[in-house]
Amino acid sequence: MSTEKEFLKVRAIKNGTVIDHIPASAVFNVIKLLELDKVENEIIFGTNLGSKLMDKKALIKIVDKYFGEDELSYLALVAPMASVSTIKDFEVVEKHKIQPPKEVNGYVCCANPMCITNKEDICTHFTVTLKESGELALKCRYCEKETRINSLKLIK
Amino acid sequence: MKRDLVSIHDISKDEMLEIIRRAAYFEKHPISEILKGRVIASLFFEPSTRTRLSFESAINHLGGRVIGFSDTKATSQTKGETLNDTIRVVSNYCDMIVMRHPIEGASRFASEVSSVPVVNAGDGANQHPSQTLLDLYSIYKTQGRLDGINIMMVGDLKYGRTVHSLLQALSHFKAHFTFVSPKELNLPDEYKEFLKVNGQSFYETEDIMECMNEADILYMTRVQRERFPDPMEYEKVKDTYILKKEMLDRTKPNMKILHPLPRVNEIALDVDNSDHAYYFEQTRNGMFTRMGIISYLSEINGIVEPFNFD
Repeated sequence: MSTEKEFLKVRAIKNGTVIDHIPASAVFNVIKLLELDKVENEIIFGTNLGSKLMDKKALIKIVDKYFGEDELSYLALVAPMASVSTIKDFEVVEKHKIQPPKEVNGYVCCANPMCITNKEDICTHFTVTLKESGELALKCRYCEKETRINSLKLIK
Repeated sequence: MKRDLVSIHDISKDEMLEIIRRAAYFEKHPISEILKGRVIASLFFEPSTRTRLSFESAINHLGGRVIGFSDTKATSQTKGETLNDTIRVVSNYCDMIVMRHPIEGASRFASEVSSVPVVNAGDGANQHPSQTLLDLYSIYKTQGRLDGINIMMVGDLKYGRTVHSLLQALSHFKAHFTFVSPKELNLPDEYKEFLKVNGQSFYETEDIMECMNEADILYMTRVQRERFPDPMEYEKVKDTYILKKEMLDRTKPNMKILHPLPRVNEIALDVDNSDHAYYFEQTRNGMFTRMGIISYLSEINGIVEPFNFD
């Protein structure tokens, strides 16, 4: 958990969701994947914060908003270390475990430049596989090539 | 539910055997009227001689009619029409679409928007399932079995899609694989991982002669200059993977040489007269295999009696 000082940097919320331990470099991807740029709720976030667990982290607090496991599963693609807590009356009432999704529809670009999804206006579809190395990979339904998680690019 | 054939992963072992059975049937009965009154669109967004003629001949042998194009210059693609629109329109005119496209995944996408079955006749470097099925039919015909084949694959194993699809298909039949390639064109790790997971045995070497005499099937592919980042490397290996007649002296009598064609220089012309050469018959098998595929996807059943594969 964050120290009390960090909580001062990004103020506490009464009700909602706190997503902590996002790598600072991934914060905008998290915003995109959770479609936080489309919600009307009050959102407070801090980035490039110091952390004991990681180099530079980001933290997002969304007031009065709660997420389903399906939505949160997408975090596994860009911030697998993130911790997600549900806050009720300033208290953590639930901590979510992030399980990778079985499928990813949209959001992510296929890494293969010769894939039809990069040539025409077609929504991407991937199945998520776990490699022998323990790394996640996304297999494109169309070109059948794998997009590795470390080279993942989101659709603009 | 319509059935498409986009990828070799779309069909089960039983369906592969069913298509081979049908190919064997059509080889015995090449003139048929089972597609009479049906129209099949042959959409070649990229030039191809063998594959297009083979499919169109298969359709004609089945009594069907062909519409389509073999060059996008004369189509509305030049006006900027999307693949989505072309396929949606054409699927109103025909009972099945056979298509080749330079972009990977184009056929899968087409199968999703088309109201009629789609057969992938090649989508860029991705899939070409009718080639794999005709390779299987050729192996079955020449060896009398598909189980436990010793197959040696030679040449460009890195980019060769025919090699990748065939090894995946043969993994249903417990083959033993020998992979012969320059190190720049070795089989990618993902396919080795696939073979290990599926319990298949394989061996890799750079020496074409090392395992030649144990092979039942010698599957040759072209080593292309443009695949080498360093042209010096190409010059070093280009003559190493050329098959010559004297190399075949001590091979098994049942050994047959397959090649997806076109050949450039990787099989010397004197091999053509050898009893082991099979690549031209292989193209003939392709037509019967495509008759099998089209009849299967047209859901015309009851034409072929099951026969025993053992």
